[in-house]
Amino acid sequence: MANIVSPLPGIFYRKPGPGKPPFANEGDTIEVGQTVGIVEIMKQFTEIQSDVAGVLESFAVNEGDMVNPGDTIIVVREG
Amino acid sequence: MAFDIKSPGLATTVQDQGRTGHYNVGIPQSGSMDQYSAELGNALVGNTAREAVLECTYLGPTLTTDQDAVVAVTGAPVEVKVNGQPRPQWTRLQLAAGDEVSFGVIQGGTRYYIAVQGGIDVPEVLGSRSTYSLGAIGGFQGRKLEAGDHVPVGTPLDGGALPAAEAVPEEFRPVFSKEQEVRIVLGLYDHRLTDEGLENLLNGEWKVTPVADRMGLRYSGPGVKWKEREQPFGAGSDPSNIVDAGYAVGSIQIPGGTQPIVLHRDAVSGGGYAMVGTVISADMDLVARAAPGTSTRFVAVSLEEALAARKELSERKKKAKAALGAS
Repeated sequence: MANIVSPLPGIFYRKPGPGKPPFANEGDTIEVGQTVGIVEIMKQFTEIQSDVAGVLESFAVNEGDMVNPGDTIIVVREG
Repeated sequence: MAFDIKSPGLATTVQDQGRTGHYNVGIPQSGSMDQYSAELGNALVGNTAREAVLECTYLGPTLTTDQDAVVAVTGAPVEVKVNGQPRPQWTRLQLAAGDEVSFGVIQGGTRYYIAVQGGIDVPEVLGSRSTYSLGAIGGFQGRKLEAGDHVPVGTPLDGGALPAAEAVPEEFRPVFSKEQEVRIVLGLYDHRLTDEGLENLLNGEWKVTPVADRMGLRYSGPGVKWKEREQPFGAGSDPSNIVDAGYAVGSIQIPGGTQPIVLHRDAVSGGGYAMVGTVISADMDLVARAAPGTSTRFVAVSLEEALAARKELSERKKKAKAALGAS
């Protein structure tokens, strides 16, 4: 298992905007560099990209939760 | 010489000691949010306190230098990398032409500073190189850095003389804690709070929300209550409103009585919210270091205590520089 962590603090969102589909869901195949969510801080939205390839196992935080730098956002089953 | 910005980070800006003297026409002072860290970075590389540095917020830049350079990274704890290899913070680093500087995940606090011998050499605007992004003045073209920017670095001062020590001793490095006690002087409008409201302000636990930037920091907590009154002509209808007035740097307003906002270096100079207190100047760097989630208590002090604290901070800076062998 590999963790995708947030490099910055802020509010985590799974979708690019209200009413839009999530970037990724549990069970999806994830590639290196793929955007899996966004973190909002200082009125800026920073895309969180996966640094591993595999299957998205689970989300460690919910839509709208606050994250701190280094917090795990997503767990990926590598392969 | 110059730095070439490969990736800019979240909000990397050129800052110095600030642009004072124009607040009366609505231009805030700007400048490094954590002046102490920026100043010691400058001291490490043989600059005076006046040279401009790069202020990095949460996510740092990746940059290369086009000539040999002497740099130091101070401020919030973060892994500093030169050509991918970890290097110490609060320490003078020698870079060779072509070297790449990058950063790991920030370990606490909010901002770290890249000081370079000779300083960042952007034109002064109204006497300062600081970036005021909202007003699009100063710094590098009035904005935060972007990929592809070629950021000029000045000529070393004093023939390139460097202080004797190459690192700031541990005892002079600030603590980046998730708990803070911030000293404030009450006023001008604390009399508008109920006893319970004032009690909440001074004894409640307030947490920094993610709504925090160079303009100000918003805190969530127990909220406050205002005394009933008939609002005067010119003031808004909410009891937290006043007839427009000037805002002191560091002043605390509580719109609606829910979430206090501490105004910081890029804040507006006036408006219509009652200021219940003002953070003392000696604690403004401390507030700047507060990351979202930081648990904060506001402690009321007298003006005499505030001035004593300012003097104490100034002495501490002098001692830190003396420990480096810097003037």
